[in-house]
Amino acid sequence: MEVTSRTGTAPLELDEFAYDNKIVRNFAFATVIWGGVGMLVGLLAAFQLAYPDLNFDLPYTTFGRIRPLHTNAVIFAFVGNGFFTGLYYAAPRVLKTPMYSKLLGQVHFWGWQAIIVAAAITLPLGITSSKEYAELEWPIDIAIAIVWLVGTCNLIMTMIHRRTKHIYAAVWFFIASYVTVALLHVVNNLEIPISFTKSYSIYAGVQDALVQWWYGHNAVAFVLTTPYLGLMYYFLPKAANRPIYSYRLSIVHFWSLIFIYIWAGPHHLLYTALPDWAQSLGTAFSIMLLAPSWGGMINGLMTLRGAWDKVRDDVVLKFMVVAVTAYGMATFEGPMLSLKNVSAIAHYTDWIVAHVHVGALGWNGFLTFGMLYWLFPRLYNRPLYSPKLANFHFWIATLGILFYAIPMYWAGWVQSAMWKEFTEDGFLKYPNFLETVTQLIPYYILRGVGGTLYLIGWATMIYNLFKTAQAGKLKAEDRAQAPSLATLQHQEAGEYWHRRWFERKPVLLTVMSLVVVAIGGIVEMIPTFMVSSNIPTISSVKPYTPLELQGRDLYIREGCYTCHSQMIRPFRDEIERYGEYSKAGEFIYDFPFQWGSKRTGPDLHRIGGKYPDSWHYNHMEDPTSMSPGSIMPRYPWLLDDDLDTSNTRAKINAMRILGVPYEKGFENEANENLMAQAAIIVESLGDAGIKTRPDKEIVALIAYLQRLGTDIKAEIR
Amino acid sequence: MSALYLLIGIGLLLASGFLLTFLWSVKTGQFDDDYTPSVRILFEDEEPGTSKEPE
Repeated sequence: MEVTSRTGTAPLELDEFAYDNKIVRNFAFATVIWGGVGMLVGLLAAFQLAYPDLNFDLPYTTFGRIRPLHTNAVIFAFVGNGFFTGLYYAAPRVLKTPMYSKLLGQVHFWGWQAIIVAAAITLPLGITSSKEYAELEWPIDIAIAIVWLVGTCNLIMTMIHRRTKHIYAAVWFFIASYVTVALLHVVNNLEIPISFTKSYSIYAGVQDALVQWWYGHNAVAFVLTTPYLGLMYYFLPKAANRPIYSYRLSIVHFWSLIFIYIWAGPHHLLYTALPDWAQSLGTAFSIMLLAPSWGGMINGLMTLRGAWDKVRDDVVLKFMVVAVTAYGMATFEGPMLSLKNVSAIAHYTDWIVAHVHVGALGWNGFLTFGMLYWLFPRLYNRPLYSPKLANFHFWIATLGILFYAIPMYWAGWVQSAMWKEFTEDGFLKYPNFLETVTQLIPYYILRGVGGTLYLIGWATMIYNLFKTAQAGKLKAEDRAQAPSLATLQHQEAGEYWHRRWFERKPVLLTVMSLVVVAIGGIVEMIPTFMVSSNIPTISSVKPYTPLELQGRDLYIREGCYTCHSQMIRPFRDEIERYGEYSKAGEFIYDFPFQWGSKRTGPDLHRIGGKYPDSWHYNHMEDPTSMSPGSIMPRYPWLLDDDLDTSNTRAKINAMRILGVPYEKGFENEANENLMAQAAIIVESLGDAGIKTRPDKEIVALIAYLQRLGTDIKAEIR
Repeated sequence: MSALYLLIGIGLLLASGFLLTFLWSVKTGQFDDDYTPSVRILFEDEEPGTSKEPE
């Protein structure tokens, strides 16, 4: 069925064309540079946990703002650009046509870099929606959607103009990634803006958590996994110069992978207030994921069967083998972590941090490095400057991963065991949460050492690639020739344009109509649909007061969710430590939810009323004054800065649109209400000998913290 | 929990999109040959003049 040109009678018409290497080079540079930035920021965050002074007492450099910068940079700037590098090299070559449009390519490249710069500026400024890996605010979200669609169109049009009937497996992975991420991104980032830099998620509480982790998990799937599987299917056979082990397996595992992946998200919410059946559904699909994931790993590794001698000599293959192995380990661990009994131990601990870094450093990092070492000599028509140095990179980065992962696994197990341990008398063995944190500091230092080793490797790569580029000259394009598809089709059948139309257009039609219809429908219908469902279920749960709402936005701005959860699971130790477990009905006014995913500090859902106002004041000024040895950063600016109350009205109005039952006209007196509540807190602080003014940010934050989890306390007693 | 129905709806939409694409690809013979494509990509780099594969 494949190509019938040889059997045809018409002479074979060959098209001459050229593949553009400049765009590949640009994306490759961006990958290297942003990768370095993302990892450096990660290193800073890592050491901040061991040495809190590294927060520098500046708002812009505290952990809560740095951590989202790190995750976004690594996922979207490093891996994102890595994906595009490989795509712009591989897709035209397997489709036998240049990328459809150089202009779209340019828009894609510069648009994506501009988004990254915008992220690097706004996140340290505290402009965040607080939804993990989707922290960027709404104007940037819109830019992402547009640039992403530009990239998608460019690939789809390239596919339509291809000169081979067959679409190689790698391209399937690319296009599935593009389409799915577009949908995920839009659904999760539906927000009501109150200003250019602030918006509220249209979902509240449990619903927001569900949508967020549906997105969060699929971001892992369709940004970190499927695009890189596409890269593996092209660059691994190329580097080994042998065909992929089983092309049939690639087809089977591709389709099963994309069908199963989108249902696995709820495994991030096991034992939370999410309905139990949804948790079980997520677990079931996560277990199933093991099969297609390992299909990919097996296909990658088996490609090298009988060629392991090559792996010994070729540094590119070394990187790729470790990458695929890391992929296999992470995708085995993922389903295991989705088991409820394993999640009970691992969730909120550094185990999860270890898990994702095996994926990010091993799978994404090493595959990128292998690809770049393979690509640069071809782009610059020169052998690699120093294979020896690349070998050094390989070994030091491998060592770096081990130094990173092992202490983090250990830290996770240690901390979880300490949280859950009871004495013979039935009391918590470690009632002071801080004890379980200070125990981990040595592990955090070792982890930082691992990160440093990995970064040293990265630095040698920059030097090596730079020297390679310097010695050669960019081969701006690679010439190629292939029979035009028109010739092929003409020979294949007498029917001409209509056959071609039916055969080629459905790709565009199904994919684009799916995206467009879905986006349109979502944006129009969902907000109203969501609002009507936010009916109060627990009568004592009341909307936030204006001051608490302002305080909550400070909590979001400072990224408190990066270290503190607000979700007490129904376990004996958590109820003993924090109080009554969290109920779904308590979060109906939480736009967005603040459940968090990691407990570097204790859970805060029942913090309200636990300590006096003065405790919080002193604690925010210097956490070690209240908790000696604490690794939490200081927040002195909260004590000095005035609260911006000019937007209170807009916030109340936005909340009302979302279904929060503020009385009519409440927005007009919201600031009076705010000042009255602030005055009470200032008075209580005054009684403790602390002088402050009601218009300071700290007052609002205290109001929010003292409110947390108190609504149902009366009922329980 | 209307968000669940939303996500299930979108999930199904996406899945049916994938399914249509899958059916289309089977029907148009994308998977008729499950060996040649794996080999063919290895011969694509050669520039005109050096290539012996007028594929």
